[in-house]
Amino acid sequence: MSEKSSNKGLIGWIDARFPLTKMWEEHLSKYYAPKNFNFWYFFGSLALLILVIQIVTGIFLTMHYKPDGEMAFTSVEYIMRDVDWGWLIRYLHSTGSSAFFIVVYLHMFRGVMYGSYQKPRELIWLFGMFIYLALMAEAFMGYLLPWGQMSYWGAQVIISLFGAIPVIGDDLTLWIRGDFVISDATLNRFFALHVVAVPLVLIMLVVMHILALHEVGSNNPEGIEIKNHKDENGNPLDGIPFHPYYSVKDIVGVVVFLILFSIVVFFMPEMGGYFLEHANFVPANQYQTPEHIAPVWYFTPYYAILRAVPDKLIGVILMFAAIFVLFILPWIDRGKVHSIRYRSSAYKWLLAMFVISFIGLGYLGALPLSDVRTFFARVYSIGYFGFFLGLWWISKNEKTKPVPERIQ
Amino acid sequence: MSPDGTDNNRRRFLTAATVVVGAIGTVAAAIPFVKSWNPSARTRSAGAPVEADISKIEPGGIITIKWRGKPVWVVRRDDKALSTLSEVADNLRDPESEDSIQPEYALGETRSIKPEYFIVVGICTHLGCSPSYRPNMITADFQGGFFCPCHGSKFDFSGRVYTGVPAPTNLTVPPHYYINDGLVLIGEDGVA
Repeated sequence: MSEKSSNKGLIGWIDARFPLTKMWEEHLSKYYAPKNFNFWYFFGSLALLILVIQIVTGIFLTMHYKPDGEMAFTSVEYIMRDVDWGWLIRYLHSTGSSAFFIVVYLHMFRGVMYGSYQKPRELIWLFGMFIYLALMAEAFMGYLLPWGQMSYWGAQVIISLFGAIPVIGDDLTLWIRGDFVISDATLNRFFALHVVAVPLVLIMLVVMHILALHEVGSNNPEGIEIKNHKDENGNPLDGIPFHPYYSVKDIVGVVVFLILFSIVVFFMPEMGGYFLEHANFVPANQYQTPEHIAPVWYFTPYYAILRAVPDKLIGVILMFAAIFVLFILPWIDRGKVHSIRYRSSAYKWLLAMFVISFIGLGYLGALPLSDVRTFFARVYSIGYFGFFLGLWWISKNEKTKPVPERIQ
Repeated sequence: MSPDGTDNNRRRFLTAATVVVGAIGTVAAAIPFVKSWNPSARTRSAGAPVEADISKIEPGGIITIKWRGKPVWVVRRDDKALSTLSEVADNLRDPESEDSIQPEYALGETRSIKPEYFIVVGICTHLGCSPSYRPNMITADFQGGFFCPCHGSKFDFSGRVYTGVPAPTNLTVPPHYYINDGLVLIGEDGVA
């Protein structure tokens, strides 16, 4: 791209001063993506769409919301009842957060299934994991803002997790809260982080995630490199330009997504207590914990691991380890074959075990405790970590199927 | 000195010195921002002791007092409750309260100044939920006391934690003393 753009007129004028055409070509019209993207490849662009929905609805919510221990709960009620279309903006935002996690979990599972985290895409995976982490922080802090019972006690439990750290734990929780209990000080700082700090970090990470992807090139369901076979112009033979081919394909995904999203927003925004928990319609009361407290569904797998362990410090360590282990997945998997299509049946069994364990933990984490459930939570926790241990074990000398050279 | 007239040692020293000074400056500049998250002066001064009228509690009853934004319970234990204290000792993680927080005058199995009245901070030592008072919840391995709904921690009538549950230590007993028979001050040790 060293030669100056051949464009004339306004575009040419801009191109001489800003790499507009260069960026358009590099990331869209001349970014060659494998021609065999399937259903699982919708979720990256959908995540981007939801990020935009969250930012736009979030900006408008801040125009009516009051981050104040006395006023927060009523200001949310005010948005719901008195602000024109306020209910819609809030439901878009609350449904958007659950949709974000659904889409991101599917996007991550796609990456695991097709080995998109493997060499040379480790950094894409790492940036993605940091996005996931930032997203969890964003969701957690956003959940405090309505200042309902579940907001309050959920935050109390999560912040207390840091209290399990030896020596500095208690001072650390005091510093995070800015008070001896969750209070106005905590609400105010969470508001600042939720609205300004974390979104900035998220957007920066998304840019890095996409830049890293476009540097290396996309993986695909076959898990083979399209850059190994190029035509006389240096373009991959099995690749097609992202725009118009995949931009148009993604529009189909966007339309289907928006239909499903609208159904939830208009007809079941609480989703039976999974997207908006019932206890959160009661204002925060610092002297009374609700009978049953559970995090929102996207945190329940980790919460179930925490509850399954009858020791405070080890429980907290295992819960954080469950997230950390995902970061090092590219180095746990020692296999050379990327896609599940050409991996061993041992791998497929392990992955099935992981999926069952993750969903099982998520299901149990939302329910009150009982002895039977604790037993199953322990079994699933072993299944969760067992996947990584097993993968490390089998991937050294895995019996894989022959991988094709080209995409058929 | 290299052939093109650059003094590489001098350049390296200047680079290192700039980095070090810059790093010190950045850390120094970060301190006010980090410290701004500490409890403010107003918050720190709000932790005054509170009085509680305990004369009207029925035997077996409980009242909740608000102290420093936390619930403090005063439980009037009946003889049945007191009799369980020594029975359950084998099932407790810290029966002598050696690793738990309480004033010196609230040691022993009753963890109180007067055996009848048990005063305790109603915040679970696991992850800070407020347990519920369950005097009648009796199972094979639980003789009644306090149960935390969040993660299933169980405590006896002296707030001592059972084994096999996530809470690491007994519930915290706050400093307190009796002004007279019916009035207790929570948040301050008595003058000897």
